[in-house]
Amino acid sequence: MTLKAGDVRDDTEKMLVVPVSPARRTLRLEPPRAWQMLDLAELRDYRELLFFFVWRDVKVRYKQTVLGALWAVIQPLATTFFFSLLFGRFGGMSRQVPGPYALYVFVGMMPWTFFSNAVVLAANSLVGSSHLITKVYFPRILIPVAAIASSLVDFAISFFVLAIMMAIYGVAPTWRIVTLPLFVAGTIVAAAGSGVLFAAMIVTYRDVRHALTFVMQLWLFASPVLYTIDIIPPQYRLVYAINPLAGMISGFRTSVLGGPFPLDVVLISTITTVVLATVGIRYFLQVERRFADVI
Amino acid sequence: MSSEAIVIEKLGKRYTIGAPQTRDTTLRETVMSFVTAPWQRFRHLAGDSSAATRFWALQDVSVRVDVGEVIGIVGPNGAGKSTLLKILSRITPPTTGFVDLTGRVSSLLEVGTGFHPELTGRENVFLNGAILGMYRAEIRRKFDAIVAFAELEKFIDTPVKHYSSGMFVRLAFSVAAHLDPEILIVDEVLSVGDLHFRNRCLGRMQDLRGEGRTVLFVSHDLTSVRQLCTRALLLNGGRVVDEGAPGDVTRRYEQQHHAHAAARTGAVDRAHPPRGYHLRRAELRNAGGAVTSRFDAGDMMEIHLWASGRAPENSYGVEFKLLNDDDEVISFGAANPVQKTYYQADDQHFVCRLGPLPLTEGAYAFSFSVGVWNTERWDSWSKAVGFTIERCDLFHTGHGIANVNDGDFVIHQQWLTGN
Repeated sequence: MTLKAGDVRDDTEKMLVVPVSPARRTLRLEPPRAWQMLDLAELRDYRELLFFFVWRDVKVRYKQTVLGALWAVIQPLATTFFFSLLFGRFGGMSRQVPGPYALYVFVGMMPWTFFSNAVVLAANSLVGSSHLITKVYFPRILIPVAAIASSLVDFAISFFVLAIMMAIYGVAPTWRIVTLPLFVAGTIVAAAGSGVLFAAMIVTYRDVRHALTFVMQLWLFASPVLYTIDIIPPQYRLVYAINPLAGMISGFRTSVLGGPFPLDVVLISTITTVVLATVGIRYFLQVERRFADVI
Repeated sequence: MSSEAIVIEKLGKRYTIGAPQTRDTTLRETVMSFVTAPWQRFRHLAGDSSAATRFWALQDVSVRVDVGEVIGIVGPNGAGKSTLLKILSRITPPTTGFVDLTGRVSSLLEVGTGFHPELTGRENVFLNGAILGMYRAEIRRKFDAIVAFAELEKFIDTPVKHYSSGMFVRLAFSVAAHLDPEILIVDEVLSVGDLHFRNRCLGRMQDLRGEGRTVLFVSHDLTSVRQLCTRALLLNGGRVVDEGAPGDVTRRYEQQHHAHAAARTGAVDRAHPPRGYHLRRAELRNAGGAVTSRFDAGDMMEIHLWASGRAPENSYGVEFKLLNDDDEVISFGAANPVQKTYYQADDQHFVCRLGPLPLTEGAYAFSFSVGVWNTERWDSWSKAVGFTIERCDLFHTGHGIANVNDGDFVIHQQWLTGN
């Protein structure tokens, strides 16, 4: 994306007529209320800044790298390759999944890679932006949200790789592909919830940063990336579904590769995803105004 | 219709500061504290604090600012100036009271906030502009003017990591100068940089004043407060202690500050001595042996200190720190390492000969401590005695050198031609 001086279109000029803050609006600054709400009107006012944060993150991520955005392809492919070799060939996992195991793992790896990158980026984003937080005001939630949004770029790129892999393995999508956006959205919401929660916690408790690496490792094995949820004993199936990613990843995979739809797991995961996002945002808003004092 | 741009009402801000560290004396205590420390730290981080670790950085501040006023806020370090700025800039919320801001607010606590070294000048203008609250369309419209003002047309597509610091500041300032706020909240950051840059900042502030914008300006530089502002506030200890015409307020501030730092007589008996062994009296004497608090640069000085009784042990020393009128330590001296002088337990009167004093005109103070060098400190007496340098004309030019503009001290120097 390039921004050029003088690149002013008529419609953007019209925007200038709209004052940035309505004239003579009074802004009151007071002690934080016990129960902070998400100020959606304010977030809308700051949407351009969100765009700039995302743009900066994407732009900077692959600067001074030789392979650039190719990394977005290499990362899930390489993990897929090693996991297929390890679990599929040597672990015998490939017999338990329908179709080619590598494709099966890759499809699971897509939402997982996005999720884990987004959460780790978001979690460290606030502390990494302390120079901004102590110098200028904007809704702080923009920072972790921008980190998650910038991870979407890599996620999008991985869909091209998926198309190529499906062509190679000769697997065609079924009508279930129409449900894909739901699971993409669900994964984004889950990533946003955990990312925002961890980000806010790390500001006060840097320990969480050390714990995070290991939480993400456990989370990978607690999610149906390398295996199918059918290997979970039936009596634990619904407990397992408390992991938001259980429903999102298996739903994602069903949308792409077909097969029976795990409705029970998806339903429970959807509920826990919403709970996770609510808790994350709530906690964030609760501690947001302390950030500049403790960061 | 109200013409007030800023209403500050009973504003207060309380901070929790780190709890004083207790030292472990036994291995058992060390082990115990290693185990219990995470819990203690958790309680501390979670904001659970005893009264001892809390302090009010700002208390009961009420100010009304009309549209078009340029308010200068002055005060010593730790007076609460930065806290006030941070609250007004929405970086931190107040603990009590409220602020009403009417109009589009921009706050500038530093120039170049959010600049990313990997991005080009062009990209940073957009990013920084957005961070400071400008819309993309607005930045596009002003882009050429910003670049021209920074005189960086040739380098605008170069990553800023290749910029010199001067270029960086010029670009950053240029973005800030093109903000179009109704209320501008600005820190004295704008007075950093070279003289040329400073003058441009001040010029830009004067423009804003001419355009009827409301400006809140925090500064150490009393001269620019006098030049720019229509009204001044003096903060001290988190409260507004004086308010009025900039000339009057800054003058009273200077007087108070001098009075505060310098005991008029040059002899001080300690007001609230601690129990046990302590320093009880300090005197400053001139070359003629007279007690005084007024010196000129180049003078000799004698510090006389008296202790309250017998010291806990032999072979100890006395140490001084010299502070300027911003309470910054600018120099230090100590009996033990400097002079290899050690005092005996029975010694009660210590003398230090100093000079010639290389200090510039202004107020200074001494803090003293007594103890075994680097091991134990039995007593410290902070800002015990103050003095002023009345005249500093070490180069015999007939013009005084004052610490307001020229730093705190003068280094012996010799100027030659190199060819």
